Amino acid sequence: MIETFKARILAGQPLCIRGSGSKDFYGNAPQGELLEARAYAGIVAYEPTELFITAKCGTPLAEIETALAAQGQCLPFEPPRFGAGSTLGGVVAAGLSGPRRASAGAVRDFMLGVKLLDGTAHELTFGGQVMKNVAGYDISRLIAGSLGTLGLILEVSLKVLPKPVAEATLRFALPQAEALDKLNRWAGQPLPIAASAWLDGVLTLRLAGARTAVEAAEKKLGGMKVGADGTAIDNSFWDELRDQKTSFFAGALPLWRLSVPSVAPVLALPGATLIEWGGALRWLRSTAPADEIRTAAASVGGSATVFRCDPALKSAAGAFAPLPAPLMSLHHRMKAAFDPHGIFNPGRLYKEF
Amino acid sequence: MNSRTHSHENDQDFSDVDCAAVLAALAAVLPAASLLAGQEELKPYECDGLSAYRRLPLAVALPENEAQVVAVLQACHRLGVPVVARGAGTGLSGGALPHPHGVVLALAKMKHLLRLDPVARLAVVQPGVRNLAISEAAAPHGLYYAPDPSSQIACTIGGNIAENAGGVHCLKYGLTVHNVLRVRGVTIAGEILEFGNAALDAPGYDLLALMIGSEGLLAVVTEVTVKLIPKPEVARVIMASFDEVIKAGAAVAEIIAAGIIPAGLEMMDKAATAAVEPFVKAGYDLNAEAILLAESDGTPEEVEEEIAAMRAVLEKSGATDIRVSRDDAERLRFWAGRKAAFPAVGRISPDYYCMDGTIPRKRLAEMLTAIAAMEKKYRLRCANVFHAGDGNLHPLIMYDANVPGELERTEAFGVEILDLSVKLGGTITGEHGVGFEKVGSMCTQFSSDELTAFHRVKAAFDPQGLLNPDKAVPTLHRCAEFGRMHVHQGALKHPELERF
Repeated sequence: MIETFKARILAGQPLCIRGSGSKDFYGNAPQGELLEARAYAGIVAYEPTELFITAKCGTPLAEIETALAAQGQCLPFEPPRFGAGSTLGGVVAAGLSGPRRASAGAVRDFMLGVKLLDGTAHELTFGGQVMKNVAGYDISRLIAGSLGTLGLILEVSLKVLPKPVAEATLRFALPQAEALDKLNRWAGQPLPIAASAWLDGVLTLRLAGARTAVEAAEKKLGGMKVGADGTAIDNSFWDELRDQKTSFFAGALPLWRLSVPSVAPVLALPGATLIEWGGALRWLRSTAPADEIRTAAASVGGSATVFRCDPALKSAAGAFAPLPAPLMSLHHRMKAAFDPHGIFNPGRLYKEF
Repeated sequence: MNSRTHSHENDQDFSDVDCAAVLAALAAVLPAASLLAGQEELKPYECDGLSAYRRLPLAVALPENEAQVVAVLQACHRLGVPVVARGAGTGLSGGALPHPHGVVLALAKMKHLLRLDPVARLAVVQPGVRNLAISEAAAPHGLYYAPDPSSQIACTIGGNIAENAGGVHCLKYGLTVHNVLRVRGVTIAGEILEFGNAALDAPGYDLLALMIGSEGLLAVVTEVTVKLIPKPEVARVIMASFDEVIKAGAAVAEIIAAGIIPAGLEMMDKAATAAVEPFVKAGYDLNAEAILLAESDGTPEEVEEEIAAMRAVLEKSGATDIRVSRDDAERLRFWAGRKAAFPAVGRISPDYYCMDGTIPRKRLAEMLTAIAAMEKKYRLRCANVFHAGDGNLHPLIMYDANVPGELERTEAFGVEILDLSVKLGGTITGEHGVGFEKVGSMCTQFSSDELTAFHRVKAAFDPQGLLNPDKAVPTLHRCAEFGRMHVHQGALKHPELERF
């Protein structure tokens, strides 16, 4: 199959790389001839005591998570599953992480190695399967979130970790400003806070770690405990949040993703807000002009992405916040370094390349 | 110690650099006290922590601020002069080894902690700030900066960025790349770029990740925003003895199989403990073939639970003796020996050469057996300290540079360890960087196509190749010259070809 991929690359036509297509909505509109990567699938190696898994790009995320769960392990960055068929290649290309990101790290933090085909159909391997590896530039992490614009991801090695022994979910009634303040203060203490979500005056907090640590934190923090008897962990709230299945994410209003410093104050933008990552991720349902939203995010030191919206808005505003000129020019050169003929996912990240 | 220089005929030739013009250009943009050019002044900069390689630069520039960094880089760019950035010079791979026709850009004067925000849990620092100084400044707020390389008293954050420094706690807390939010840097052309920000992600390619571990080849770091995390309430360490190294290795896997990620998980072999004990008096079991140090940190309840769980695993794995630190003083004493392993070996041998390969943990016994054979083959002793949790092995090869041939044998010994690291599915460097030292071994780990990709990345930042030339990524010519072959999963590519 790699030979087929190579032939498609060498044909020289722009290609739109796709796994299951569950994230077709993400980034700028896909362009180019479809290149289906889903069939290149399968777990290549999984060694629980070495804490890594290697799988081909088309491997369904569900298959990977099932294999890990059987050994009591997980992908701590909790990549969102926007469709049942979501593939590993798509997870890495999109670089999106879920509720535990603020405490556990992002996709890029768990990248150990990658095998890819570059824009001249050369098969390249970077990194490996070991935790510590500083030989050569860290291309594996660079690939995470590059939206397939630097190469066709063939295989990925990820660090995996044991699932937390115990989890608990607490709920607090708090206005936004107070919730942000509490989240930042708690984060400065040795508490096992794994995730947080604030919406409509309610802060939901997820604790995860050793049983005794979770129990001690529950006592310290107070709040209302979600879940019945203290041992049974109800993770459905976090699963729905992770996969954006909660009602906040439903409907046609433009959905903005604002990545900001966790201490950024309440943003004066019209529309409903859902806050994750201890304050560092703010989802906004708003029809406010793109400029207004981007300016607000930039003014607190962050950036705003149009996550889901109708194609016209995305096409006008661009999915991602514009880059300063020197950085954009460096992006052009990086793109050319891996894909000199502009074959892969043209325009998906930025219209300029 | 003897000094040595390699000549690499196929690397870029900078011999036509006009020294007088360089000095004049630098003098025009730097205060007099920030420019060193006399032989005696240059001497302290002739090597970094890998003192086997020494070279004098044309000049050393010591800028006081970013504007001066920009001016120095612009001048060097204009004149086509190599620039080697340098922090505290504690690196162990010759990454800060001067270029004989180049300028050393020493960032020691840029040592200000610009901002510490305990609520946002971050610190903004200049590149010359020492690693430990950040944790010291954060301590009153119950926070610290997690990566703790053994040289943390002296090493600077700029150097940590260049090498993606690790330490003894990175299994749980990550490497530099996991603990840095933003890097501000200057390209060789003098352009200021920002990678990352105070949020958890930034738009575009993750060039922050690319910068970290780029060994001073892409840009010069002028400012860093690091993450600070809460200091665990309690930490305790278990010290376990084993009568066979292989059992100690198996115990490491068993701890992880039990779902435990210790805060630190270190191994020392008998040669290492024997070197360390008289020096540090840590109380190590000198009869043990290997000792394991396994640390747990967190809330008191959590630590108690985890220590009990680890103790059970270690007993089952055949530990002959187990001790748990009773208080912090004892915990620090147990660690002191591990952290002092390098200087301790330096006491018992005139010189030592520290390797840095990473291997899958399960291959440890194979590696140690092979190293024991190499000790005989090269007639040199080797002590092994091992970041067991993350598979990062530091064999310390002991030699005497004044004995003709010993350094050459040491280098060959080292290269053989690195080749085996790659063959066992690992890498030639876990945390020290490739630098000048391991550039030949890069030819073993990477194919020509991969090396070419690295060169393209380099050219995207520095098309003339002026930042830290001859380091980290070898030219294809050099790989051919070294006769080194890319080994993939234990098999040579193109086995049908005749080898030289």
